[in-house]
Amino acid sequence: MIRAINLILTRNPEVFGITALSLSVSGSATLLSCVWSIPFSLGLALRNFRGKRIAKGLFNALIGIPTVALGLFLYLVLSRTGPLGYFQLLYTPWGIMIGQSMLVTPIVVSFSTSALESVDPELRSLARTLGASDFQTYLIVVEEAFWGVVLAIIAAFNRAFAELGIAMMLGGNIRNMTRVLTTAIALETSRGDIALSIALTLILLGITMSLSIGINLARKSVP
Amino acid sequence: MLANVVAPRQAIPTVQASLLLLVAIGAAGLGVYAYYLLPAVPPKARLIVSTTTSLYETGLLDELKSKFELRYSNLNVSFISQGTGLAMQTAMRGDADMILVHDPAREHAFLNGGYGVNRKIVAYNFFAIVGPSEDPAGVSGESPSDALKQIRSAGLEGRAVWVSRGDDSGTHAKEKSLWKAAGFDVAQLRTEAWYLEAGSGMTATLKMADQKRGYTLTDIGTYLLNLENHNIDLVKLVESGKSMLNVYSVIACNPKNQNMTKTNFEGSMQLIRYLVSSEGQHLFATFGVSKYDQPLFKPYIELIESRIDPELIGWIRDLAFIEGSECPEQFRYQAEGLYLAQGSVGVSLASRPACFEEKTCSWTQ
Repeated sequence: MIRAINLILTRNPEVFGITALSLSVSGSATLLSCVWSIPFSLGLALRNFRGKRIAKGLFNALIGIPTVALGLFLYLVLSRTGPLGYFQLLYTPWGIMIGQSMLVTPIVVSFSTSALESVDPELRSLARTLGASDFQTYLIVVEEAFWGVVLAIIAAFNRAFAELGIAMMLGGNIRNMTRVLTTAIALETSRGDIALSIALTLILLGITMSLSIGINLARKSVP
Repeated sequence: MLANVVAPRQAIPTVQASLLLLVAIGAAGLGVYAYYLLPAVPPKARLIVSTTTSLYETGLLDELKSKFELRYSNLNVSFISQGTGLAMQTAMRGDADMILVHDPAREHAFLNGGYGVNRKIVAYNFFAIVGPSEDPAGVSGESPSDALKQIRSAGLEGRAVWVSRGDDSGTHAKEKSLWKAAGFDVAQLRTEAWYLEAGSGMTATLKMADQKRGYTLTDIGTYLLNLENHNIDLVKLVESGKSMLNVYSVIACNPKNQNMTKTNFEGSMQLIRYLVSSEGQHLFATFGVSKYDQPLFKPYIELIESRIDPELIGWIRDLAFIEGSECPEQFRYQAEGLYLAQGSVGVSLASRPACFEEKTCSWTQ
């Protein structure tokens, strides 16, 4: 335990590198997912169409998709002999990023849809009467539901950051390239470097917990 | 909306702050990407080696990577650590460029299937049966077959437990062949309560054996590593004999196989030639000596060259050769000089770097 804390305090380059890679892969996966998830949830929340309930139910159901299931599917797709094999994404950070962005899509869509739906519909009519365009109206709704959407994004980031299956199957746990916090913890535990495992786990817990706590505090500070 | 009316715009600073936070996470992400991926300019060719957990967990391959890349700066070697069975599957799908494994029978099948070429034996060590120091089955010093028979009868009486890797790895294959040689059917053993299957890597299996005070088969490298780290409290009980030999070979993926046309054959051959060169062999001979007072792996080419132990050479020949050769003619492809005379003696001499003669190589000091 003391050695574990020491590893963190002395900014051990191995620990630091793994953490940085983990943050960057999962961070960009989350942002990438927002690119399609947020417009999608706007459509889902603000428009009426046939099958809307089914679509929402589907995304709700997919929130809990096992990472190994998605990992296996993408493994076959990204494999050199698979449909997207040409791009050689298997065993690269990009592979993990793509996998995690798909993994968190249902979380972002589902959570931000409910946040957007909770915005008073009269606000939209009001914005319309004041002459707002479609796009401006959407902006106003997003701003109103801002914390709900941020919460969805943070929850998505935490899920991506803490998952093991996709990072292991698509990344291959290659040192200095695709070794992220969770795969490193699995490896170091299996090869018996418990101090390093504990150090990495403390960091993993520290980041996910402080993000959740921070977002709650920030939300409370808003009247 | 009401909130906005009552307290207009108070939220803005926090909103901006958290937006900034998100942007910062994203920017940090891109920054680290750039840091990790851009230094490879000019772009390094990737060489993906799928390999066994027993080699990887000892840390040998990390050292191999750094030494090899010093010499071949155009290559970036990635080791994917899996059991031998899975490592071969990964390669068969075309997702690895070469394999570094220890299961001669399946290596033969791999070559026969048209998946691999240019097999080279690079190193060896021994397996050992380890168990609790009180040794409830009394197997210390017995032959492997007798030891297994005693473990089973003790197991049926509830006095002993056997922990199997159960993960289709090379060690697992060896374990199954030892049980078979002792006259047992593993399919039958699996149904018995004293026979546990870990389904995971060597260290995890050793730890399970340690926790259950059971016996298991391990390669000596991983065992010493865990003993040194005080992870386990198991002793070596059976560790000698031909049947306990553990031979590591390297095989390049066959670039003529339609699944493997994109594999990095040239890079694979560079790593194979490096492994059998005196520098690569020296790495096997010296790795772990300072920490464990003995090497974890023994260099094969050095054994052949020194000729001091014809019995051992004969064992390797019997156990790990395919049709009387480490790689029969039909499985060779653009392997000029790799299989010179008998035991590759010529290659390792020919590929000695100049510093070797002058005794200035960093690794000889």
